[in-house]
Amino acid sequence: MDVQINDSTLVRDYISGDEKALEILIKRHNQRITSFIYSKVMDRDIAEDIFQDTFIKVIKTLKKGNYSEEGKFLPWVMRIAHNLIIDFFRKNKRLPKFEGSDDFNIFSVISDDKLNAEKQIIKDQIDSNLELLIEELPDDQKEVLVMRIYKDMSFKEISENTGVSINTALGRMRYALINLRKIIDKHNIVLTN
Amino acid sequence: MEKVYSEERSVCKLAKARPEAIKFLIDYSRSLKILEFEQFLFESNMN
Repeated sequence: MDVQINDSTLVRDYISGDEKALEILIKRHNQRITSFIYSKVMDRDIAEDIFQDTFIKVIKTLKKGNYSEEGKFLPWVMRIAHNLIIDFFRKNKRLPKFEGSDDFNIFSVISDDKLNAEKQIIKDQIDSNLELLIEELPDDQKEVLVMRIYKDMSFKEISENTGVSINTALGRMRYALINLRKIIDKHNIVLTN
Repeated sequence: MEKVYSEERSVCKLAKARPEAIKFLIDYSRSLKILEFEQFLFESNMN
């Protein structure tokens, strides 16, 4: 059975002179730390340099006995890596930048969820047209549809407010939608954004 | 529907330091000695 020795034990072993323990620690956290650095600097060679500098600091600190074991080896190493990344950008006086490739545009991913001006105008127009169409419905159907769609009431609440059974309210909603579709088809109205 | 997910997988690629980089660190660690002299710590690299 392959028993994984925890980081704290490996750190203790390394401080006691077991060099193999360091190798296990480096290999165990290699991918996580390098990926973290790479995600910031976006350059493999620089990421590897910072990874090495990180562990040089780790080695020196451990050998000098300046590390206080609190069971947080990885967060400690990540903090060192993070500080070195900041040093790297300070030294280079530039911010990380990402340039999309020919078939990928970053703005297709980071746009906000608001409609653009044109789509907003179309949506407002559709909403106002729909209100006019709803006005054409019989009063009992219009009442249920308005409560359900615009006031977001449940059918139980609608039945309590209108004094009819839930089934009747459901039926009225169904006929309201059928009639709306009929009016839309009859007048060839296009309600799409 | 608005396309909200990136198909560019390389953006969040996993990365690993090469074996040579790890070997360098292990060799560095083996060669590094810390000497204590009158409350001062001296680093000594014995290649």
